[in-house]
Amino acid sequence: MQAVFPLTFAALLFSAGVYGVLSRRNAVLVLMSVELMLAAVTVNLVAFHGLVTTDVGDPLLSGQAFALFVMAVGAAEVGVGLAIVLLLYRNRATVNVDDADLMKY
Amino acid sequence: MFSEWAWLIPALPAVSVLIITFTGRALPRRGAEVGLVAMAAALVLSLVVAWEVFSHNAGITQAIGPAGEAQAAPGGAEAFLLERGLTLTPLGGDLTVELGMRVDGLTAMMFLLVSAVSLMVHVYSVGYLRDDPRFTYFFALLSLFSFSMLLLVIASDLLVLLVGWELVGICSFLLIGFWWEDKHNQDASIKAFLTTKLGDVGLIIGVVALAGMFGTFSIQGVLDGIAAGGFEQGLLTFALLAMVLGAVGKSAQFPLHTWLPDAMAGPTPVSALIHAATMVTAGVFLVARLFPAYQAAPAAQATLAVIGAITLVMAGLLALVQTDLKKVLAYSTVSQLGYMVAALSFSYVAGIFHLFTHGFFKALLFLGAGSVIHAAHSNHMTDMGGLRRVMPVTFWTFLAGSLALIAIPPLAGFWSKDEILVAAFEAGGYTGGLVLVLGLLGGLITAFYMTRALYLVFAGEFRGHGHPHESEPAMTAPLVALAVPAVAIGWINLPFPAVQPLSFSSWVMFDVDYWVANPIELNAAIAALATALALAGVLGARAIYREAPERDPVHHLGLLSHVLERRYYLDDLYTDLIARTAVRDRLAPAAVWFSDRVLDGAVYWSGRGTAALGRVLYDTGDQRGIDGAINGLGASALWSGARMRLAQSGNVQLYAGALFIGVFVLAVVFATGA
Repeated sequence: MQAVFPLTFAALLFSAGVYGVLSRRNAVLVLMSVELMLAAVTVNLVAFHGLVTTDVGDPLLSGQAFALFVMAVGAAEVGVGLAIVLLLYRNRATVNVDDADLMKY
Repeated sequence: MFSEWAWLIPALPAVSVLIITFTGRALPRRGAEVGLVAMAAALVLSLVVAWEVFSHNAGITQAIGPAGEAQAAPGGAEAFLLERGLTLTPLGGDLTVELGMRVDGLTAMMFLLVSAVSLMVHVYSVGYLRDDPRFTYFFALLSLFSFSMLLLVIASDLLVLLVGWELVGICSFLLIGFWWEDKHNQDASIKAFLTTKLGDVGLIIGVVALAGMFGTFSIQGVLDGIAAGGFEQGLLTFALLAMVLGAVGKSAQFPLHTWLPDAMAGPTPVSALIHAATMVTAGVFLVARLFPAYQAAPAAQATLAVIGAITLVMAGLLALVQTDLKKVLAYSTVSQLGYMVAALSFSYVAGIFHLFTHGFFKALLFLGAGSVIHAAHSNHMTDMGGLRRVMPVTFWTFLAGSLALIAIPPLAGFWSKDEILVAAFEAGGYTGGLVLVLGLLGGLITAFYMTRALYLVFAGEFRGHGHPHESEPAMTAPLVALAVPAVAIGWINLPFPAVQPLSFSSWVMFDVDYWVANPIELNAAIAALATALALAGVLGARAIYREAPERDPVHHLGLLSHVLERRYYLDDLYTDLIARTAVRDRLAPAAVWFSDRVLDGAVYWSGRGTAALGRVLYDTGDQRGIDGAINGLGASALWSGARMRLAQSGNVQLYAGALFIGVFVLAVVFATGA
């Protein structure tokens, strides 16, 4: 199988995530875009497993294993992220990231 | 044996100075007793040392036999000489300074004179200054003077001698100005100090010149060098003439004699001790100390004779017109010092014998004058008269001193003055003739002015105020004690060959051969002539003053009186022309101008320049450069910080964008670079 298809797909997915992180003002959407980027990386892990030559092999199937790990960690991360967003909303009555500027100079 | 301890003689008054200075006021007699004890001990020690030295010398001359039948000294015996010293740190080169003592006949004689007169003056001062508020200070100075004079006498080294010489000068200055509340006394002390200092410059030049010639400051070293020969005659003459200048200043010889009469501003005991008996003879002592050197320089000897001869007549004439009793005695002292200086041109013994006898009878005369002044409350003979009846002790002792000074045989002055005249006669030549003629004339003048003074003070009716009375025993006792040597001290050097080996001339000899070659002889014609002149002076003055002393005809001699009263215009020359017109009106303003404008100007402008430079440096270097750099660092940090903090927008998306851009840039760099 040509690796270029999944890698291109992952790159597009990642770029969409980056775009979302940088341009969305809604904290929930930013969080979703972060998940998109994470998903793109996970696609890459699976795709690179297929690139590894069979004689050396990847007997532990580490690409797929890591993909599963990333999904699990991503779920936890979303939990933490949503908790932060929730707290932000409670404090500021908004989820607009531009308003969360307490660390401004 | 005892002479080994001769250093104690100056050391005792030195200790006394310290004790009086630090504890004097607390002592029951306010310090006087310390000085008295120290001087009495010094006198006893002087007597012991003198006995040892004199008996040694007389032993040698007795073995030679009466003068005139001279043979060589038996077994090459030497005149007494003892030198002990501590070599001080070498000065570098070959020159060393020795803190040493030199005991010989001359030293022993001066010890006797200084300690005896000093003791008498100490006793006398207890009475004379009883009510003075600075009694303790006075006795401290008397002790300091005694120490300095004895140091000068004992010195074996010309530099140590110079130290003593300057110390006695300081004591003289302090004691002349003892009653410094009076401006006149201050002026007198400054005049004395500056005038003698002029001579001291000569002395220093002479000492350095001698040291340069012979490579040593030691007196014995210099004398040995002269004995060995091979030196440059002109340089020796120069050195000795320079030292004559020192002697002229210190011993008040023409033309530097003007300070001594003014020095009478000090207390009378001081005049007796310092300005009659001891310090003013330091110049004579110096010449006597270097007598063998002067023998090697005839030009210097001739200078001594001429200066002495001029001085003795000039000062004698001045004594004629004085109304101040102490000034009569002061000019008389100058005159007698002239005799001594002139005598040292011809004969060692004649010069110092007159020094010795004069010290006693002139101290007596001054102390007697002090007693009279104490009673009459005035220095001026116009306020005296008739004191013979109320002050018998003072009168008789003063008379003895006067007759000794007038040189009536057989009193002290006769023998010593006669020896000077005989020495001058035997030396012959121009200088001998000059000294002989002027010396005889001086004898006439001396007789006249002393008789005048006697009549003005003691004869007739009292012309002053109050009721004079005899002084207390503390003052009359020294008079009586000094009257004895005034009468009898001349007998220790009778000019008869039979007694010469046992007399003064042998006691003080510095060299046996000199004693043999220069016998002291009697010249009947000269003695008779001198005595006749003295009697003529006495009788002439008696004829003039017996009837009416108060008329005082010496002041009515027209131009002569005027010249004498103006002191030959020498004081006018020194004070008005040199001190006032030349120095004060010309030199001093010029010096002030130079100091003010040039020196102070240079200092002022360099100060101003430095200040301006400092200001410029402060403004540009410090304020702008250094402070500017530091402030600039701070300001630029603030400025850049203010710019950079804008990056901290708190906008996470901006941070993330920057992060992505950074990663992208790095990725491109690594991708292309690799």
